Amino acid sequence: MKKLKYEKPIINKIKAGVPDKYGMQPKIVVKSEIDGIPVKEIVEKYGSPVFVISEKTLRDTFQQANRAFQSRYPKVQFAWSYKTNYLDAVCRLYHEEGSWAEVVSGFEYDKALSNGVPGNKIIFNGPDKTDEDLKKAIENGSFIHIDHFDELYSLIRISQNSKEKAKVAIRVNMDTGIYPKWDRFGFNYENGEAWKAINRIMLAENLELVGLHTHIGTYMMTATAYAVAASKLAELAVRTNKKFKHTIKYIDMGGGFASKNTLKGAYLPGKDTCPTFDDYAEAITSAIINSEIAPDQLPTLFLETGRALIDDAGYLIGSVLANKRLSNARRAKILDIGVNILFTSFWYEHEVYPAEETSQQTEDTTLYGPLCMNIDIIRESIQFPALKKGDLVVIPRIGAYNMTQWMQFITYRPNVVLIDQNKKMHLIRKQENLKVFKEQEVIPDFLLNKTPLKD
Amino acid sequence: MNKERLKIAVTGLNNTDNPGPGIPVIRGLRESDKIDPRIIGLAYENLEPGIYMKNLVDKTYQIPYPKIGSDIFLERIEYINDNEKLDVIIPNLDAELYTFIKAEKKLSTLGIHTFLPTLEQFEERSKSNLYEFGQKYGVKVPFSKSITSFLDIKNLVYAFDFPVLVKGKFYDAYLAYNLDQVAGYYNKLSSKWGLPVIVQEFIRGTEVNVVALGDGKGNTIAAVPMRKQYITDKGKAWGGITIQDENLLKITRDLIRKTKWRGAMELEIIKTSAGQYYLIEINPRIPAWVYLAVAAGQNIPEALVLLALGRKIEPFKSYEVGKMFIRYSYDMIGDISQFEQLSMNGEL
Amino acid sequence: MKLKSNIAISENGFMFDPYTGDSYNLNSTGVEIIKHLKAGKTNEEILAELKRKYDADDLILEQNLYDFITMLSHYELLDNE
Repeated sequence: MKKLKYEKPIINKIKAGVPDKYGMQPKIVVKSEIDGIPVKEIVEKYGSPVFVISEKTLRDTFQQANRAFQSRYPKVQFAWSYKTNYLDAVCRLYHEEGSWAEVVSGFEYDKALSNGVPGNKIIFNGPDKTDEDLKKAIENGSFIHIDHFDELYSLIRISQNSKEKAKVAIRVNMDTGIYPKWDRFGFNYENGEAWKAINRIMLAENLELVGLHTHIGTYMMTATAYAVAASKLAELAVRTNKKFKHTIKYIDMGGGFASKNTLKGAYLPGKDTCPTFDDYAEAITSAIINSEIAPDQLPTLFLETGRALIDDAGYLIGSVLANKRLSNARRAKILDIGVNILFTSFWYEHEVYPAEETSQQTEDTTLYGPLCMNIDIIRESIQFPALKKGDLVVIPRIGAYNMTQWMQFITYRPNVVLIDQNKKMHLIRKQENLKVFKEQEVIPDFLLNKTPLKD
Repeated sequence: MNKERLKIAVTGLNNTDNPGPGIPVIRGLRESDKIDPRIIGLAYENLEPGIYMKNLVDKTYQIPYPKIGSDIFLERIEYINDNEKLDVIIPNLDAELYTFIKAEKKLSTLGIHTFLPTLEQFEERSKSNLYEFGQKYGVKVPFSKSITSFLDIKNLVYAFDFPVLVKGKFYDAYLAYNLDQVAGYYNKLSSKWGLPVIVQEFIRGTEVNVVALGDGKGNTIAAVPMRKQYITDKGKAWGGITIQDENLLKITRDLIRKTKWRGAMELEIIKTSAGQYYLIEINPRIPAWVYLAVAAGQNIPEALVLLALGRKIEPFKSYEVGKMFIRYSYDMIGDISQFEQLSMNGEL
Repeated sequence: MKLKSNIAISENGFMFDPYTGDSYNLNSTGVEIIKHLKAGKTNEEILAELKRKYDADDLILEQNLYDFITMLSHYELLDNE
């Protein structure tokens, strides 16, 4: 007799009030391949967990964003935000698409140079630039975005002895009607600090004020705040022009565009509420065009958006280590994906999909990571089908920040694979191994050549 | 007159002690002399009383919460439409409006009409933007602040005198007399409705409400003011009476003219003893007490359906003052077999 | 372990516990196990039945069955003898 296909037995309590019925339940979405390559095949070749970057999604998203701005404004320049994802292969893809580099440390600066980015196509941001960094940036003709007065005076001092004029911009913070206000970076607009800084720069012999920069916050769910910010920067540009007859060459609107992830605490999912590139572009470009800046002096518009460009191109594949019942009979699964490599699970309700067809029944489930720590929770509560040990799961939309903010803890950070547009896989960052860590460590002589626990 | 057969889907069947507007809306439609409706109930929860009111609701489908994402939500609406061929949907709950407004085009390609505010109107009047809204349109609004983090709470003492109202993004409001209470309500409201939580200056006075309907071109089609006579411990009206207050009607008409409001709205207004009117909230939908307006002579649900279908209608000119509603509860009898059918098939 | 008597289950998987007023939904395998329990079969007999019928690893069938029984006990659907 032929045996029947088996489905794990499930019993769910029907809660009066809560919709958890079959008629209601959405079909379980299965993510069995990425850009045409079976998830299973990726894991067979590169292990689990494994990060995957899709070249196609990366380029498509960039081109979408680029089109949204180019079609509304004559001069647009994107700069890839290194901190969002500074794997060399990723950076080079953006540079190929025409993006400059936006860096916030000496390390990122050197990385950009090593990726072949000319110095005069690097924007140097952030509060942490050493004198050495500044010297190098001046020599290379990079754009230095000044964060505070200490940095401004360092630059005045350093530039006095340099042959080149330093090309600088100031970072401006301001009230755009959103909370929290990011007033810890740059010079404040409302209290006049930004104007003071501009005046001081204009007096400095070896500083050339080329741009104005702002970065109003992160994960901005409303495009209108950008319109407020753009008009305030435009106002500063006009004022500078009036007083000094000096034209500001660019306005840098920074980043902070939201991706379609759902923030914890949000009622509606991010993919429904997140503004589109067109929304952001419309707000920013119309604010600049409608400002008092003369049409023949329109500044170039720089954009440093990171998250919204790369998030969708990144996937994290993992597998189920174990199924558990908690003391209150709640279903829990332990995955081999921990918060140390999926940092963003602290603020997103990440979507998690099985990689193979499963039964249509789900249970309210908690997804834990493998770390021996209580905070290691990927999803507190998700309607999830029954998977067995070894089954694969896919977490989409994780391309931003996870591959830079990840922590090495307990075990090695995994492989990162790029799927190119011809559906070919390339290893772009190797899984770490013991040798990598041994190389960084130094054992003092007095502890060498001793084996205290051996008989 | 021959009544027009229309298939109308209605949400908000939760006719509990904190009632949704669905059942009152349906009563208005049932009493229309222009429309002969087939009423399709759309229910989120399996014990919404309207599901079991067979004399009012012809058939009910369960729908998933909008939280699940608009693609899945609309898939369900499409399925229902395949069965029922809907003419109009009247969404009645704040938390679903965003999704319905965004889906307006998609619904209209399915042949389903809605009559909702635009996204701009919806966002502009949201609780967190109400203060700016008041300044823009020249209406007095109590001072308020949106808070998005627990850390903001201790700074409230610089901006407010106690007590203050603490409000959820979509629903619920509590009066807090000190920071500890604010913190408690903040946690409660943010976990239920997300962020921000709104803290609002508390204005003493009489609460008066207006239910109104704008045609989207600046005209006020209907407007009926009401004073709550008795309020339950949940802050909901238990009894109310239509009143004659030209100032309220003027505020309403002005707002609808300036905003070109489209669809139904409820204005919540506090009238102080000094005769000042403070707008404390705009609900961008029909309120649960709308049946009082129907009884007073302005069948707002009917008018809304006709506007949704693109019909020209004349504004209501008057309403009866002194009409009252007295809310009551009533135990219907259901059976586990009904519950089973709804739970297993999602339809009843 | 025995299922409490009077527990009503429909073919569509709807189960009603008249003692508590709670209701449940079950998938087809769940319904099948409940029917076996109602017929008074022991866990071992049920497991043997499942092994005979389904194309699945024996140990997985065992693990799933005991997990399911745990849930029945958690929901207090079993008589504790």
